[in-house]
Amino acid sequence: MTELWEVAKLIRSKNAGPWELTIDIMFGNQQDYDRVAASNIANPDTYAGIYHLPSSDIRVFKHEMALALKVSLPRPTPAGGLQETDVFGGQFGSPLVHLEIEGENVLQGQSS
Amino acid sequence: MTSVKAVAATGQLGTGFKTESLEAAAVGADFIACDAGSTDPGPHYLGSGDTQSAEAAVKRDLSRIIATAVKHGIPALIGSAGTAGGRPHLERTANIVREIAREQNLRFPFATIDTELSPDLVADAYARGELKPLPNAPELTDAGIRSMSRIVAMAGPEPFEAALNQGAQIVLSGRSSDTSLYVAVPHMKGIPMGVAYHAGKILECGAAAAKLRLYPDSMAAILDQDGFVIEPPNPDFACTPQSVAAHTLYENADPFLLTEPGGTLDTSASQYTAISDRAVRVTNSQYIPAEGYTVRLEAASMRGYRTVVLAGIRDPLLLMQLDDYIASAGASIAKKVLDSLGLESNQYTIRWLVYGKDATMGPLEPTPFIEGHEVGVVIDIVAADQKTASGIASIAWHTTLHHPIKEYSGLISSLAFPFSPPSFDAGPVYEFSINHVWAIEDPLSMCTISLSDVH
Repeated sequence: MTELWEVAKLIRSKNAGPWELTIDIMFGNQQDYDRVAASNIANPDTYAGIYHLPSSDIRVFKHEMALALKVSLPRPTPAGGLQETDVFGGQFGSPLVHLEIEGENVLQGQSS
Repeated sequence: MTSVKAVAATGQLGTGFKTESLEAAAVGADFIACDAGSTDPGPHYLGSGDTQSAEAAVKRDLSRIIATAVKHGIPALIGSAGTAGGRPHLERTANIVREIAREQNLRFPFATIDTELSPDLVADAYARGELKPLPNAPELTDAGIRSMSRIVAMAGPEPFEAALNQGAQIVLSGRSSDTSLYVAVPHMKGIPMGVAYHAGKILECGAAAAKLRLYPDSMAAILDQDGFVIEPPNPDFACTPQSVAAHTLYENADPFLLTEPGGTLDTSASQYTAISDRAVRVTNSQYIPAEGYTVRLEAASMRGYRTVVLAGIRDPLLLMQLDDYIASAGASIAKKVLDSLGLESNQYTIRWLVYGKDATMGPLEPTPFIEGHEVGVVIDIVAADQKTASGIASIAWHTTLHHPIKEYSGLISSLAFPFSPPSFDAGPVYEFSINHVWAIEDPLSMCTISLSDVH
């Protein structure tokens, strides 16, 4: 099994304004991008359990030109609020590091 | 064919750039711009009026930008003054501009764009149904709006264009959209909005669109009717189609659609072509005008005053029962606060952050267990005033310090404080409290433009 960090060149979480989080998963070449873009990593369901959100709140974008996947979701609390743990939202992507890449062949050719 | 050369001094005013880079970029340029704000560091700056960057760092960057603009006879546009773009931020930065003019013996027409809105004005707009919630927006109430500490509207390019049309050379704005200051001049010169907004989005972070940004620096783009060419002025940096395309991802929830006051930039069909090993041409970016004009609002509301306690815990017997220990100490604290300060537990908040367990991700932590030999603890107290928060903190750390566990008999000391005093007053606490757009007919109605001759 391959974990996401072994294929991605960057896994970066960040605020997209005070109300949303966005996680960029970037790749160094087309082959790595293609492989992950056709896997569970491009499926919003993968993130629903991790972030305790319904899949419908999670948007996954495939940006082939940038060789990147993007996962955007509502922030658990508005940035810097009383329940904040990470003002810049920079560590919320860390559970993705050890995600196993699955279903590359099964999902090949399907859109998510 | 009209072309416009746009220069970004750096991604954020106060983070610096190489003077040679700005000098090189300014040759043949139509304008220089620089953004000075962000909501990233949280609501404190909007609420309090403070600025994130050191004043000396802001002055250093501003003085080089203004001197370069004056030397070349071109405008310089600065957006989101002083981190949050409120009135105190604008006034403080405007004073720095005047100081620079005096010290360097420069003379220029100077415009400020004040985008702070009074809570009463916003409450009235809310009552008229002119505020529309964005995703994940908090519920608004009339009383809630009227008690907000500060509200700003995010200017589009129109106020910058108006200031330039009035004759300004140096324009300093309160809160403005990151792209607005890069769109104003190209739009005035007839560049299509799709080209102007896409170039603005790439430029606004300065050298960040380069393949490897070694340090904050300038960036330049030449815009025409069909697209733009982006090329870093610093010979050590290079843009590639991937690095430029990847930049549209940065800090945006949607990498293809960027919502702006008057419409939406759509980059989903954009083409990125290398025209040298350092320059990229971007074409096919679309702009879809919106049906109505809307400005985004940002607000901070005060929630009380904070005191924090920092401590370490190392004893294995404490670590193995830490959740129960904190719950039990918390109950003792609540009782003592009621006895000695007369406060019920709903009159203040006390939050325990346990680093080494789940403090970084909170309820989203997938592995909320202590696996190491020690933890760091932050006790976060927020109360109605600073004296009360500080008093609760003293009770909290002293109560916890000697709170017993059944494995030991006799008085224990369970918390290792690295500092004396163990608690720190952190001042007023704010929260972002609005995530709405305001529908307005006149894009200039959200701001006040003031023009003066500075020398």
